[in-house]
Amino acid sequence: MYSQGLIGADGKTHEDAAFLAAFQARIDAEQKIEPNDPMPEGYRKTLVRQISQHAHSEIIGMQPEGNWISRAPTLRRKAALLAKVQDEGGHGLYLYSAAETLGVSREEMTEQLLSGAAKYSSIFNYPALTWADIGAIGWLVDGAAIMNQIVLCRCSYGPYARAMIRICKEESFHQRQGYEIMIALCNGSEEQKELAQDALNRFWWPSLMMFGPPEGESVHSNQSMIWKIKRFSNDDLRDKFINASVPQAEKLGLTIPDPDLKWNEAKQGYDHGEIDWDEFWRVVKGDGICNRERLKNRRRVDRDGAWVREAAMAHAQKRAARTASARIAAE
Amino acid sequence: MSGTCEPMMTSNQTLFSYVLRLADDHLILSQRLGEWCGEAPTLEEDLALANIALDLIGQARALYAYAGQVEGKGRDEDQLAFMRYERDYQNLLITEQPNGDFAHTIVRQFFISAYMDPFWRRMEGSKDDMLAAIAAKASKEVTYHLRHTSEWVIRLGDGTRESHERMVEALDDLMMFTGELFEMDAVAQEMLQSGVGVDASDLKAEWQHTVQTILQEATLELPKAGHMQTGGRMGRHSEHLGHILSELQYMQRSFPGLTW
Repeated sequence: MYSQGLIGADGKTHEDAAFLAAFQARIDAEQKIEPNDPMPEGYRKTLVRQISQHAHSEIIGMQPEGNWISRAPTLRRKAALLAKVQDEGGHGLYLYSAAETLGVSREEMTEQLLSGAAKYSSIFNYPALTWADIGAIGWLVDGAAIMNQIVLCRCSYGPYARAMIRICKEESFHQRQGYEIMIALCNGSEEQKELAQDALNRFWWPSLMMFGPPEGESVHSNQSMIWKIKRFSNDDLRDKFINASVPQAEKLGLTIPDPDLKWNEAKQGYDHGEIDWDEFWRVVKGDGICNRERLKNRRRVDRDGAWVREAAMAHAQKRAARTASARIAAE
Repeated sequence: MSGTCEPMMTSNQTLFSYVLRLADDHLILSQRLGEWCGEAPTLEEDLALANIALDLIGQARALYAYAGQVEGKGRDEDQLAFMRYERDYQNLLITEQPNGDFAHTIVRQFFISAYMDPFWRRMEGSKDDMLAAIAAKASKEVTYHLRHTSEWVIRLGDGTRESHERMVEALDDLMMFTGELFEMDAVAQEMLQSGVGVDASDLKAEWQHTVQTILQEATLELPKAGHMQTGGRMGRHSEHLGHILSELQYMQRSFPGLTW
């Protein structure tokens, strides 16, 4: 789901001015950059970091929702949730493949995730405590992700832009599915409405943080804009998300947990209260309640599966050897 | 159809019981496979296991919905899936066995798929239109499950020494639950006689052939058939089922009667 605004572009390049100018001219002409095209090293690095971070987020994002598959309240919800978490795994796969076109392997990227060197979207360090959280995650977290991702469908790097088109279609389905869970809760009993409000209370602010810090603090954002990897500022996207979400909350009969939220006639949008960026940085830096657990789970899964991957490799080699010797014998 | 009320009732009850137990098999197995989500040895396998689990949930839903219709007491798929007590579930014991390592999960799924593949194919000829329709869809799905798990049995059996040993252990652990697949109790007999059900005992030879062919390629052997466990069809389960149900039923038990 979830590329987020904290990714900065690495503007360092060793290419000469003519090369950079020619590259920029292609970008400005809205030409897609393809895997074998010449590109500045900084552009390549920025994309590898952003795409792999996005892929890791999909993979780590399977955990909070996966936590509810065995407890989903109906068979229909169980099937939809399992399919959704499966889609996230699929998004991880396309994204790792898109990043591989830039010369990095899935194994290297996985290693970076497991060692803690690579980041993933911080939203997944928040726990999914109740069934309503599955609704709120779909509605708000996928909703915020879509705001970022729709724009990425026009990203200057072709394989990433194309992967995002498919991902966005699936994400918008997930978002509607999450909102539909919220509708069912809000049309239900008092305790169901309380579950829905509580989930909104806990996920509202972390969802706003998904867009990343305001531009002044996001150091490399400008270079990403120039290279058209990014096309809108973090704050612009955050505002779009708020403007879309407030009427949705009203329709549900829920209250956005921000006493300072109010309509601003002049800007035709909402003003919002102060975002707790200390909390954001604390969780990004590893001190959310789930950070350790999420990574430890991934490491455990990697370790537990090692013998299976080794066996598959060994079997493939045996097969290849047998085929080769059969061919020699036939000759 | 019978002209009197009495045999009709009995027959409906038997059909209900027959469809319900099949539904239970698929629900419990899908619940187990769902536990793998995000935990598989490769990303590709994560997607594959989720696919199989989704097929099984789909089959369970169709079967529960039909069971509710046959029963005629207004119970829907969720009431049947979530709101019964442990002794009322009639799934085969093998479906509730823990995932264990990947070898155990693959062997469990392989044993069951090698059985359900001919089972659904025969069920396509059922005199019961609904069961025949469910079977037509399910048999395409289970063909894939059998192919997928067969490939893994071969890879793991003929992979490394460790994977081979793990497969031997999984086969040993699960073999005693395979006898139950082929049992024919009174319900199954009645369904067979009325042209609705499948003769499970008659599937044994095909199952053995399928399993042994794959195991041979995998350099593995089917363990000797010792004492076979039984009881699932009578609601006598292993200790594992209670824990599965306490997760499965958590929401419906905590918030009874609500719409989700």
